Amino acid sequence: MELPNFSLALPEIFIALSGMALLILGVFRKQEATQGIAILAVITMVLAALLVPAASGNRAETFGGMFVVDGFAVFSKLLVLVASSLCLVMSVNWLVKEKLERFEYPVLVLFATLGMLLMISANNLIALYLGLELQSLSLYVLAAYQRDSGRATEAGLKYFVLGSLASGMLLYGSSLIYGFAGTTGFDALAKALEHGAPVGVIVGLVFVLAGLAFKISAVPFHMWTPDVYEGAPTPVTAFFAVAPKIAAFSLLVRVMVGPFGAVTAQWQQVVVFVSVASMLVGSFGAIAQSNIKRLMAYSSIGHVGYGLIGLAVGDQVGIRGLLIYLAIYLFMNVGTFAIILAMRQKGRLLEGIDDLAGLSKTHPMMAVAMAIFMFSMAGVPPMAGFWGKFYVFMAAVDKGFITLAILGVLTSVVSAYYYLRIIKVMYFDEPKEALDRGVSGSLTFIMGVNALLIVVFTFIPSPLVSSAGAAAASLFGG
Amino acid sequence: MFEIGLAHYLTVAAIIFTLGVFGIFLNRKNVIIIMMSIELILLAVNINFVAFSHFLHDLIGQVFAMFVLTVAAAEAAIGLAILVVFFRNRGTIEVEEINQMKG
Repeated sequence: MELPNFSLALPEIFIALSGMALLILGVFRKQEATQGIAILAVITMVLAALLVPAASGNRAETFGGMFVVDGFAVFSKLLVLVASSLCLVMSVNWLVKEKLERFEYPVLVLFATLGMLLMISANNLIALYLGLELQSLSLYVLAAYQRDSGRATEAGLKYFVLGSLASGMLLYGSSLIYGFAGTTGFDALAKALEHGAPVGVIVGLVFVLAGLAFKISAVPFHMWTPDVYEGAPTPVTAFFAVAPKIAAFSLLVRVMVGPFGAVTAQWQQVVVFVSVASMLVGSFGAIAQSNIKRLMAYSSIGHVGYGLIGLAVGDQVGIRGLLIYLAIYLFMNVGTFAIILAMRQKGRLLEGIDDLAGLSKTHPMMAVAMAIFMFSMAGVPPMAGFWGKFYVFMAAVDKGFITLAILGVLTSVVSAYYYLRIIKVMYFDEPKEALDRGVSGSLTFIMGVNALLIVVFTFIPSPLVSSAGAAAASLFGG
Repeated sequence: MFEIGLAHYLTVAAIIFTLGVFGIFLNRKNVIIIMMSIELILLAVNINFVAFSHFLHDLIGQVFAMFVLTVAAAEAAIGLAILVVFFRNRGTIEVEEINQMKG
């Protein structure tokens, strides 16, 4: 018997081994090693990110066709690794200040990231399920990480119950697909469905779609998002908002475009509906919020809606738009959460939008960074967020989805209201009590770098656009 | 003599799956019942997999069922752990009491 080609899965193998080694290290060195372990975990992810492109080249499969590496996988993996390591860097300072230094935290983030990488490379329903569960199980624990807090444990419990329900639906769908198509491999499925799909497979496909829609928090499976985002500790919320979403989006794209590419007409209507509903709920739901984490939850639901337009279009240009959108979304969100993490008053973490009042006078640089992120999220032209929406909407218009594009523009006008309200609060409201000075270096660094990237993208868009284009092309066999 | 075929297995699985889903949404009592409903859903899936595997003469379905069993055990462990932590904070596991955050 021949051994599988391990080199393709090198980043995953490396993260798995380091995760286990760090776990052992943590057990022997107890809690004082937490900061060291967190730094080692960040280094692990950076090294894994360096290993990812080494495994690329053309599309290649290993482990009996269960695991696939192509340009699309490389692009998404890099995004996930960047997101996870930035979020872990932000968390270290929080862990120290809140006196929650437990070495399990970085290890859990590492295992969740491993699950995401496996999801992105999944080429079989079994691999898909195992990757998804490795990610979800780690995230359930992370949501309830602050175990003395009633809100955090409630968030963990809600996330667990609804997350398991989603996994159950996904599995039920997988079982129907397996039964009626006779295989679980994506390549074999694509071949089996070339000449139309039996009804059983379509029913299964809808169940799988529902399960994955839950994981990216698309309407109508978004009920958990505001509660979990509000209740979970802030660095965990930051992590939830970016890394798992990018991974689940890539998985959704791979499943829909790969094995079910032949039945595009069947899932396209569902994706269009989910996209429109997400944009509407995201823009109208956030208007009345006073908690900034809850607002970010609705904002992320809205962004998922815009991203789904790219998938609904379903061609190479649409997927390219989606990838660009995800990359920009990643930097906007990480930067915003770095600012939320810096909102402390007498050492206590604040979450109200009103607490930002007068930020322009007390912390002018932070206010400028926040203004850049908010303008970008609202899609105001010079910022990167505008270009993210531009590429997605253009793809929709090219393919004749004009109504979808118009709805997208209208909902982003509505959502501009609450993004601009934050800017108004920062610049025109009188400060009640100033936020603490002395924001930690790591948070300042993340704010600065992300704000810079958002502005720079306008002038130098080609690296991101061309690499996203190449990634999308690899998915369509180009 | 009455023959039990694939359709019978699928019907049983579909009924159990529906019971599980309704158990989660219609239950107003406590969270343990929700955990049991989640297990029901996974069991329904396993019945499907094993039945399909038998009638397709293909082993992959049973391999998948084994993985589902393993993951279900891990999921139950994590769920119960979160529930214990929740109970320590609130002193109750009534579904109606899980309402600190709304909106």
